[in-house]
Amino acid sequence: MTWRAVCLLDQLPVERGVCALVDGHQVALFRTGDGELYAVDNRDPFSGAMVLSRGIVGCRDGQATVASPMYKHVFSLATGHCLDDAEVSVSVHPVRVRHGAVQVSLREETRQPA
Amino acid sequence: MNRRTLVVVGHGMVGHRLVELAVERGLTAEWDVIVHAEEDVPAYDRVGLSSWFSGRSADALCLVADGFFVDPALDLRLGDPVVSVDTGSRTVTSASGLVTPYDALVLATGSTPFVPPVPGAAGPNRFVYRTLSDLSQIRAAADGATRGAVVGGGLLGLEAANALLQLGLQTTVVEFAPRLMPVQVDEGGGQALRRLVGGLGVDVRTGASTDRIEDVDGGLRMVFAEGEPLDVDLVVFSAGIRPHDALARSAGIDVAERGGVLVDEACRSSAPKVYAVGECASAAGRCWGLVAPGYAQAEVVVDRLLGGTREFTGADLSTKLKLLGIDVASFGDAHGETPGALELVYSDPVAGIYSKLVVSDDAQRLLGGVLVGDASPYPVLRPMVGADAPLPANLVELVLPARSGAPTAGAAGLPDSAQVCSCYDVSKGDLRAAVCESGCTDVGGVKACTRAGTGCGSCLGLVKELVATELAAQGVVMSSALCEHFALSRAELFEVMRVREIRTWSQLLAEHGTGRGCDICKPVAASILASLGTGYVLDDERGGLQDTNDHMLANLQKDGSYSVVPRIPGGEVTPDHLLVIAQVAKDFGLYTKITGGQRIDMFGARVEQLPPIWQRLVDAGMESGHAYGKSLRTVKSCVGSTWCRYGVQDSTTLAIELELRYRGLRSPHKVKMAVSGCARECAEARSKDVGIIATENGWNLYVGGNGGYRPRHADLFLTDVDTETLVRTIDRFLMFYVFTADRLQRTAPWVETMDGGLDHLRAVIVDDSLGLCADLDAAMERHVAHYSDEWADTLADPARLARFTTFVNAPDEPDPSISFEFVRGQITPAAPVLIAGPTLQLVTS
Ligand code: SRM
Ligand SMILES: Cc1cc2nc3c(=O)[nH]c(=O)nc-3n(C[C@H](O)[C@H](O)[C@H](O)COP(=O)(O)OP(=O)(O)OC[C@H]3O[C@@H](n4cnc5c(N)ncnc54)[C@H](O)[C@@H]3O)c2cc1C
Ligand code: SF4
Ligand code: FES
Repeated sequence: MTWRAVCLLDQLPVERGVCALVDGHQVALFRTGDGELYAVDNRDPFSGAMVLSRGIVGCRDGQATVASPMYKHVFSLATGHCLDDAEVSVSVHPVRVRHGAVQVSLREETRQPA
Repeated sequence: MNRRTLVVVGHGMVGHRLVELAVERGLTAEWDVIVHAEEDVPAYDRVGLSSWFSGRSADALCLVADGFFVDPALDLRLGDPVVSVDTGSRTVTSASGLVTPYDALVLATGSTPFVPPVPGAAGPNRFVYRTLSDLSQIRAAADGATRGAVVGGGLLGLEAANALLQLGLQTTVVEFAPRLMPVQVDEGGGQALRRLVGGLGVDVRTGASTDRIEDVDGGLRMVFAEGEPLDVDLVVFSAGIRPHDALARSAGIDVAERGGVLVDEACRSSAPKVYAVGECASAAGRCWGLVAPGYAQAEVVVDRLLGGTREFTGADLSTKLKLLGIDVASFGDAHGETPGALELVYSDPVAGIYSKLVVSDDAQRLLGGVLVGDASPYPVLRPMVGADAPLPANLVELVLPARSGAPTAGAAGLPDSAQVCSCYDVSKGDLRAAVCESGCTDVGGVKACTRAGTGCGSCLGLVKELVATELAAQGVVMSSALCEHFALSRAELFEVMRVREIRTWSQLLAEHGTGRGCDICKPVAASILASLGTGYVLDDERGGLQDTNDHMLANLQKDGSYSVVPRIPGGEVTPDHLLVIAQVAKDFGLYTKITGGQRIDMFGARVEQLPPIWQRLVDAGMESGHAYGKSLRTVKSCVGSTWCRYGVQDSTTLAIELELRYRGLRSPHKVKMAVSGCARECAEARSKDVGIIATENGWNLYVGGNGGYRPRHADLFLTDVDTETLVRTIDRFLMFYVFTADRLQRTAPWVETMDGGLDHLRAVIVDDSLGLCADLDAAMERHVAHYSDEWADTLADPARLARFTTFVNAPDEPDPSISFEFVRGQITPAAPVLIAGPTLQLVTS
């Protein structure tokens, strides 16, 4: 598993997302009010636009979520499943904090061929 | 097997319903349906015809679903009326000479307006009121005219009078009978109606018999049997209708004594295989001038052609209408003609309310009634007529004023057999079945499934109520809760935050919410906090609450780029500012377009370009246009008295002042305004939330208009007021809206659903009936005093600028997913490129 450091924890606003470029891949990073970190693809599958990091963070039935700013579909941050359309989901990526730095490990199948 | 041919003559409301039913019930599996139409447009909503004058387009009135006639079994022949029927050879011949054999023929030729045979009734500037073409001729003639008269004070006559009033004509209604709407309402109701109609500025002459109409000096003079003559520019005849039965007469088919193709309970005429439906038919002993009985007849014919035994034995003649803003309803045995019938009358001449209920001699059954001035009990009362259930004990309370909650009690007491929607014959039981058996979970679903409420719409309130009750009974609560995190509605939340002085999201969530919030409650809280004056919308926790548009202070586009809209107050812009906009657009390679709101939009900016773009605009003295906010958008203006030769007030200056006063005001939904400098209304003020039209003496204020999904003309609220009164009233209107509207509710539905309507609104913000005006005024004062431009504030603070980067770890990297093509010399989003990698996973299992 390759971990890439992307930014300092302080650079992640609470209850909001940012986007990081990880090996050319756009990853949306979220830090929720309870201190959890999440990383999912930045691409909104419904519009194809790279915007999930700009959605509103929240929860539904106890699951942490982000609502795409494009057409407001809600995704589970933990599983990547779209909670409004069971057919659709986005990839989730492992994320952790080491020495104050946020690190992401891209899921293998997401990596672009070198 | 041989296909058979059904020929339908007339493509009006009933003719079209018959064709729809032929498809729905499967008749077209064996039959071809050929429709001959006299009009050159397909069937449209004649019931809603008058809304054409208030802006509903002919397209919107059309009753034919897209692609409907693509069905190979159907053939619609527009503008080709049938001129003769040969019942022997079973053929029809059309005006164009087409001869079509039929296996069954349906006459659905409607009726023709009756024009009294007085000398001078024919000629220029005399009209009838029946077709779209009639209406466009009336509109053309009204242009430049000042006075009009309607002959006939019945239902349609008053509707025509309303139209003339809307066209700006001084209007007189001339009625032969001693009261208005003689067929529907009784003497008392007629008096109440007359007072109300008179109050709107319509002259009413009852008991007036028109003797002749003369052409005088380019105008028309109406001379009466008694009294002064009346000079007008145009006359609309609306003195009743006559069944259009000429075709049947010439074919030797029997007609009723008083006209109309005589049919039996199967809607069969005297000629074999010839049926008649709708207004041209005399069924169950009479002609029915309403659409619902026609629909019921169409059901019968289709059923019979399929081998069924349905019958038409009569229908309900109830009517409810909102004429000139006045509620009138009449239902069942309105005149108390049933032997032994008892009448309960409530009359309040001051308030303009008259209600009468007709009950059976044992007071056990409701037979009918008349409601004038307030018809809100109608949807509950009407289904009680003929329903086999005891009357509720509170029957009389239903028609007394201040009956809050009573209609609900009435609705619950209706038996399943009670007909709720008379247009589509949907009973309370059908509605319940839609919820219990078909699994509909909201009003929209029930409407789609049963069609209830999709005709005249008068039953919609009751449908909503019944669906809500039924859902509640199923354990599904149609609550006003904002979302799973807040049990309160937006209005309740606002009140709590205002009164308890809650000024942070954390406090709000801790004290009144659960969980962590979501994309519904967060923006609502952000908006309320902004309205309560918490300052820069992105500081502290508030940044996290905002939708992406407010978060980036720009509008998200489909490709993830943003658009930039500087404020152009009142649409007035200097050449210097135009040059700045042009230069910025050039330097950043942005697409430019003039918006529908009289300003300029620049598209295609990436997140990190927003600050440098705004730096240039702010430096040049421009500011945020809040195109991204649920807040004031634009105050559209016309040039007004400054330049225009017709202007009577300086609309541009007022528009600019208003835009600067209310800019940035966060509200439940966006707010649009406009100011027109005279009654020609070039700024389209009546389509706005707040519209102002200049008069010789000041300003007329209109509120609650809307373009968009459901266009609505704003209602007249104040007349001839000075600027100070005007501004104070708008202050209060807007703040009261901010205080009490639902999330994403524009002012139009807010005004429409307000208990007590405009009168209540006027009581609250003009007469201060709730003692709220001081709070409203103070809130607006605070808004005006503390306004500050969001983009200038952003640029002044590096911490605030930090969020305007695409990549947290590569601030200088432009977003590679945003790319453009060139069309007509400007950029457009490039066709989406499929990003490599399985970004879209299909979830199996
Ligand atoms: C840019 C503009 C179209 C244009 O190129 O002219 C526009 C563009 C959008 N309109 Fe509009 N509307 C624009 C004038 C209008 C008008 C005309 C007017 O304001 O005079 C109307 C009808 C009038 C009215 O609102 O009553 C209009 C009725 C709507 C509606 C329907 C609102 C309704 O109550 O039914 C929506 C959807 C909504 O708000 O929920 C909408 C939503 C939108 C959105 C925000 C859709 C979206 O979520 O992306 C569009 C993006 C704006 C942007 O800048 O990216 N737009 N929109 C116009 C901007 C005017 C301005 O200067 O601010
Ligand atoms: C302004 C207005 C408001 C109304 N409001 C209400 C209301 O609130 N509630 C209500 O229930 N009803 C209302 N009505 C009445 C309602 O519109 C009619 O009951 C309904 O349209 C009758 O339908 P129909 O198909 O029988 O006739 P129509 O809709 O009139 O259709 C008949 C069609 O047949 C065509 N035609 C005639 N002769 C021939 C021929 N020889 N060949 C081919 N085509 C022919 C005509 O051109 C016409 O298009 C209103 C009517 C008007 C005008
Ligand atoms: S009409 Fe529709 S497509 Fe056009 S700007 Fe408005 S929302 Fe967008
Ligand atoms: S009664 Fe007309 S739509 Fe229901």
